[in-house]
Amino acid sequence: MTRSETGSKNKKLAMEKPVLWSPEFHLSSTVRDMPPSGIRKFFDIVVGMEDVISLGVGEPDFPTPWHIREACIYSLECGHTSYTSNKGLIELREILAESTKEELDLDYDPEEEILITTGVSEAVDLAFRATLNPGDEVIVPQPCYVAYVPDVLLAGGVPKPVATRLSEEFKLRPEDFRDAIGERTKALVLSYPNNPTGAIMTREDLEEIADLVVENDLLVISDEVYGKLTYDGDHASFAQLEGMRGRTVVLNGLSKSCAMTGWRIGYAIGDPAIIGAMTKVHQYTMLCAPTMAQVAAVEAFQRGDSEVKAMKREYDRRRRLFVSELERLGLPCFEPKGAFYAFPSIEGTGLTSEEFAEQLLKEQRVAAVPGNAFGESGEGFLRCSYATSREEILEAVDRIERFLADLSA
Amino acid sequence: MRDFAKDILEVLEENARATSGEIATLLGRPEGEVAAEIKSLEDSGIIRKYMTMINWEKVDDGYVYAIVELKVSLSRDKGYDAIAERISRFSEVQSVRLISGDHDISFTVRGRSMKDVAFFVTEKIATLEGVEATCTHFVLKSYKEHGVILYDRVQPKRLVVTA
Repeated sequence: MTRSETGSKNKKLAMEKPVLWSPEFHLSSTVRDMPPSGIRKFFDIVVGMEDVISLGVGEPDFPTPWHIREACIYSLECGHTSYTSNKGLIELREILAESTKEELDLDYDPEEEILITTGVSEAVDLAFRATLNPGDEVIVPQPCYVAYVPDVLLAGGVPKPVATRLSEEFKLRPEDFRDAIGERTKALVLSYPNNPTGAIMTREDLEEIADLVVENDLLVISDEVYGKLTYDGDHASFAQLEGMRGRTVVLNGLSKSCAMTGWRIGYAIGDPAIIGAMTKVHQYTMLCAPTMAQVAAVEAFQRGDSEVKAMKREYDRRRRLFVSELERLGLPCFEPKGAFYAFPSIEGTGLTSEEFAEQLLKEQRVAAVPGNAFGESGEGFLRCSYATSREEILEAVDRIERFLADLSA
Repeated sequence: MRDFAKDILEVLEENARATSGEIATLLGRPEGEVAAEIKSLEDSGIIRKYMTMINWEKVDDGYVYAIVELKVSLSRDKGYDAIAERISRFSEVQSVRLISGDHDISFTVRGRSMKDVAFFVTEKIATLEGVEATCTHFVLKSYKEHGVILYDRVQPKRLVVTA
């Protein structure tokens, strides 16, 4: 029998006895069992509502500075539309090496120790996939950005959340860190300045946990995408601590500081072995970050400094305005030291985070994200982004005030 | 100048109506300090005036504007300052600048009609001693003034909730 005859025979059989097709059965169990993002759930409620003031946005309200957009347009006119090297444009990596030297006083080789990624999100994924073996544990201080836990799971690892607390300014405490370390612990995720709490870890804070990192031979994956938005002193990187450069993969990008979220440009810097392994995964999955976005990133690094500083000054003012208004409303709030979020406690209202956020949205049309979307320890809090105009912040505060008054009435 | 004063100026430049209390919150300083600093900025002439930016084009019966460039001949006792200061005294004139290039002085003038402006230039300015030539450019449309874009733009939308 020829091949085609077999094929048609099978087709006939299938028609006679249809097999029940269940796509669910074909899903990866890791993906199937993964809970949907709490933010996504909330987004579905907001869709279609009018006159909503949003404190729920995790990105700048400024458009990308015009000279950066213009540089990208020009590169398109010139026809720079082909692939770049897997690691990214060498000009970009060289500028990055210079700027890292300037900011962190650390030397990195642009050839071997820097990888340009499609947003920091990709860099996070690559870092886990390049370093984890099945069953390896990763310590994730929470509340934190929503992607670390799912990304660890996708890489076959086991996430170990560690709670941080309002009373300790949401810093990772050495005692809690020590308790979470087990036989299979391989890595620690640090994300400071933190989304959603606005917490930072100073150099002294980081030093307190460095000994445990060494004792237990851990890798540190440090997401510093909000580093340039530090309002209280200078940003400190774990890689700057003595002897920690080799153990640390620093992840960063232009999304937040340069208002370039949609461009998807991130980068990873670290030991050549780890960056090399990450590059391997990157070349088979992403190939390279978008060329036009990389060209824009070069412009951002070369001439974007004054805008970054101006935007930071404005966020800083909004931060003070918002925190003082929250105090006036009597919502206990840790004074955020970085990023562009405030994380007030709403425990006193007797509502859960989700109840509070949902009722606030439905009754007063203010969107903010329930704290538990960022991990269990975020329960009782509300993430409010102040990356929105001062007028909108004040209007949102008025509405929250009315909401609180209605609650206690 | 101290950063504190610069910060205050930056806030006021953008919003002349900001009160000392509001500025104090934005900068994280006591209100009294802010008020005192503003007073000293006013006294020293750094803050000259609190103004409102108006898009007169949207108002019926608006104004006509022209940019006028002058070539000037100087004499021993009369420099650029003398002519520029003389022009500055006319209330029709909004700004006066000494410039480099083909012309020497540039000023903007505001009137109720083109005729108004044209006669002002020919009668009051062209006749001044030392003015050799005038070149009047009527403004047809303003796109940006004092750093503020005046044309309507579609604002890009952000998602309402993102991580």
